[in-house]
Amino acid sequence: MDKTNRHFISGDDAVAFGVKLARPQVISAYPITPQTIVVERLSEMVEDGSLKAEYMHVESEHSAISAAMGVSSVGARAFTATSSQGLLYMAEGLYYASGGRFPVVMMNANRSTALPWSIFGDLRDSLSQLDSGWIQVYVEDAQEALDMMIQAYKIAEHKKVLTPFMVNLDGFVLTHTYEEVELPEQEMVDKFLPSFKTPNKMSLEKPMNMGFSTSPSDNMEFKYQQHKAMMDSVQVIYDVDKEFGDQFGRYYNGMIDTYCCDDAEVILLTLGSVTGTTRVVVDSMRKQGLKVGLLKIRYMRPFPEKEIQNVVKNAKVVGVLDKDISFGFEGTIFTNVNSALVRMQSHPQSYNFVAGMGGRDVSKADIEEMFMDLLKASKGEEIERVKFVNMGVEING
Amino acid sequence: MDNKTIQRINAKNITDKEFFYGHKACAGCGGSLAVRQALKVLGERTYSVLPAGCMSAVGFIYPQMAFNSNAVISMFPGSASMASGVAVGNKALGLKDTHTVVFAGDGGTADIGLQALSGTIDRDDRVIYICYDNEAYMNTGIQKSGLTPYGTKTTTTPAGKNLPGSITEKKNIFEIVAAHDIKYAATASVGYINDFINKVNKAKQVDGASFIHVYASCPTGWGTPTETAVEIAREAVDCGLWFLAEYEDGEFKLNKNPKEFKSVAEYLKKQGRFKHLTDEQINKIIESRDKKWEKIRKNWV
Amino acid sequence: MNRPKVQEFKKPNHIDDYPTGPGFDGGHLVDKNAGWRTFRPVIDKDICVNCLVCYMVCPDGTIFKSDGKVDVDYDFCKGCGVCANECKVNAIKMVKEEL
Repeated sequence: MDKTNRHFISGDDAVAFGVKLARPQVISAYPITPQTIVVERLSEMVEDGSLKAEYMHVESEHSAISAAMGVSSVGARAFTATSSQGLLYMAEGLYYASGGRFPVVMMNANRSTALPWSIFGDLRDSLSQLDSGWIQVYVEDAQEALDMMIQAYKIAEHKKVLTPFMVNLDGFVLTHTYEEVELPEQEMVDKFLPSFKTPNKMSLEKPMNMGFSTSPSDNMEFKYQQHKAMMDSVQVIYDVDKEFGDQFGRYYNGMIDTYCCDDAEVILLTLGSVTGTTRVVVDSMRKQGLKVGLLKIRYMRPFPEKEIQNVVKNAKVVGVLDKDISFGFEGTIFTNVNSALVRMQSHPQSYNFVAGMGGRDVSKADIEEMFMDLLKASKGEEIERVKFVNMGVEING
Repeated sequence: MDNKTIQRINAKNITDKEFFYGHKACAGCGGSLAVRQALKVLGERTYSVLPAGCMSAVGFIYPQMAFNSNAVISMFPGSASMASGVAVGNKALGLKDTHTVVFAGDGGTADIGLQALSGTIDRDDRVIYICYDNEAYMNTGIQKSGLTPYGTKTTTTPAGKNLPGSITEKKNIFEIVAAHDIKYAATASVGYINDFINKVNKAKQVDGASFIHVYASCPTGWGTPTETAVEIAREAVDCGLWFLAEYEDGEFKLNKNPKEFKSVAEYLKKQGRFKHLTDEQINKIIESRDKKWEKIRKNWV
Repeated sequence: MNRPKVQEFKKPNHIDDYPTGPGFDGGHLVDKNAGWRTFRPVIDKDICVNCLVCYMVCPDGTIFKSDGKVDVDYDFCKGCGVCANECKVNAIKMVKEEL
């Protein structure tokens, strides 16, 4: 491996490098912790000429997505980035972009949503926008973050897809931690990712009226198209994953990834960087002879229903680690997973672990405890269906 | 800008082409007249961006597409920001000699769209922002906006025993925009259509952001007959409740300084939205007109 | 062609017939506005001095230049009467439409 292409950089840096390689034509930037390094790094690259892009200092996140859509509407490649409050401020724009079939790519630094205020990470922001019609991937480490910025454009801009794409990184634990990352060569990325072409744009050759309104007799057809495109994107995701691996040597296994699931009695489903911690716990528990496994959900939309069903079918019990809670009910990832499970002829029991919100650490001990709970349940013992993990105070009685 | 070298546009030399045609606006709509003429001045290489409002609502009813050149509907607060994206996107694609124009209403500009407008001017993106002002949120049913004048009956400021309709004055959006030190801004009226098209033509030459605030009468919302749509927009200027001015090269300039104002009371009483006004309330309106004109005549002439 | 004309709309039969996303050809008209009128403008070409004011103030752009004078596109005229009101020589009369 060529050492000169390996750099010791943060998750945010990796995103910036990945975006640079993808050759966006316009970047609309508004800063918000913990995404700031991304837009700062990109501005440096524009300044020194290593990235030839227009850089717009927009005055809000709403304008960031609005401008990005304007860029996309004339057939140019757009990038923007945000987090929590910013994501919610631009929420109207998320639905607009997906309905408008504008393949904008956006990095989201997963961060808790106010109130109370918190700059620290959890998944409440992006999970609250699962219905907005964006493809959503959650990356485990900085290398995956960089690689997904490149793959994102290829998937989003595919003519069967034409759907905007959100790449999620855990705030601070991934955005601000450092690891060794390999930077692909620009020429190789250019071969992998051609320039942006779309029929869905305004041009002087073929003037179009875009963003029109529909009556009750047409609206559902457009919504169905979006739904179909999202379902068609699954095959594209696999094709792009394979092509990326063939070109650059790193495969990510598509919609999900698994670790030690083949003979696992209990499986924990995770999203994002906590997957890395869970791998270590699985290793140490396996040494003790405990049959535990890890299922890494990469894409939340489209949802890997079949993939999850296929992996868990022989397990006794599964747990879902949610860094979020849908108040009054359960974690959102849990709800999605349960919907996949219930369609199986027979399926393992499922349990929800709500942890790590507002930046609370999810330690190896916490994860080990989750696996121990699942093992208890696999032996028929009753455990809490939705458990809040590692609370600082006693919450019962 | 060198005014002498910019050719004046008139009925004879304006293009025969129509770029806003077959739309479903009300008969006698001042806003659609403003859009129609502006697009004739700007020509084929134009990208229009419209937020929610009358002009977008009537122009894009699938499959009846009333814009004969490129046009897109933006989010309500995001017309200026989407237009910035269009302009910068085209720049990134290497496209030259194109125009990006926004057609937004008074609500979409001075209220919900103000933030994005400010950003576009700040970045000096090559966007011509045209606010067609019919003095209320007309598309949603005549509700009060930031540009609704004092004493107007709207559906959210009813005139009754206790209140005279709207109790606030029009937001001074022209001066707010000018305070950004924009390269070119102007006020206009569909009642003075030749003045308007020449201001659009000036804005067309600006290499950066420009702004035109055009008074666009609304027979439906104002309670006036359709045939006087242009006449009433002219009277608004003639009685001094609206003014024709420009902000250019850092200076304000008044374009039309009436020696004598026509009757404010007559202008108001013709309209259903002002019929309820008492003499006292009309005098209040005349007084504030006089105060405004004192300032205008002192500083802009 | 200076103004778009009404064309026949091929209604989609299959989901794939729909455009990808809510965008369509500019200037695509399927529907006339003629039915809106109660009155129609009639221009007396003998009185008309071709000042072109009516052409300039028509909100719908349905008055067009024709053979040194002006004509009305009655497919899209809504009968608002602005032209008749603004004509300085009273060359335009608003005539009630036959039912």
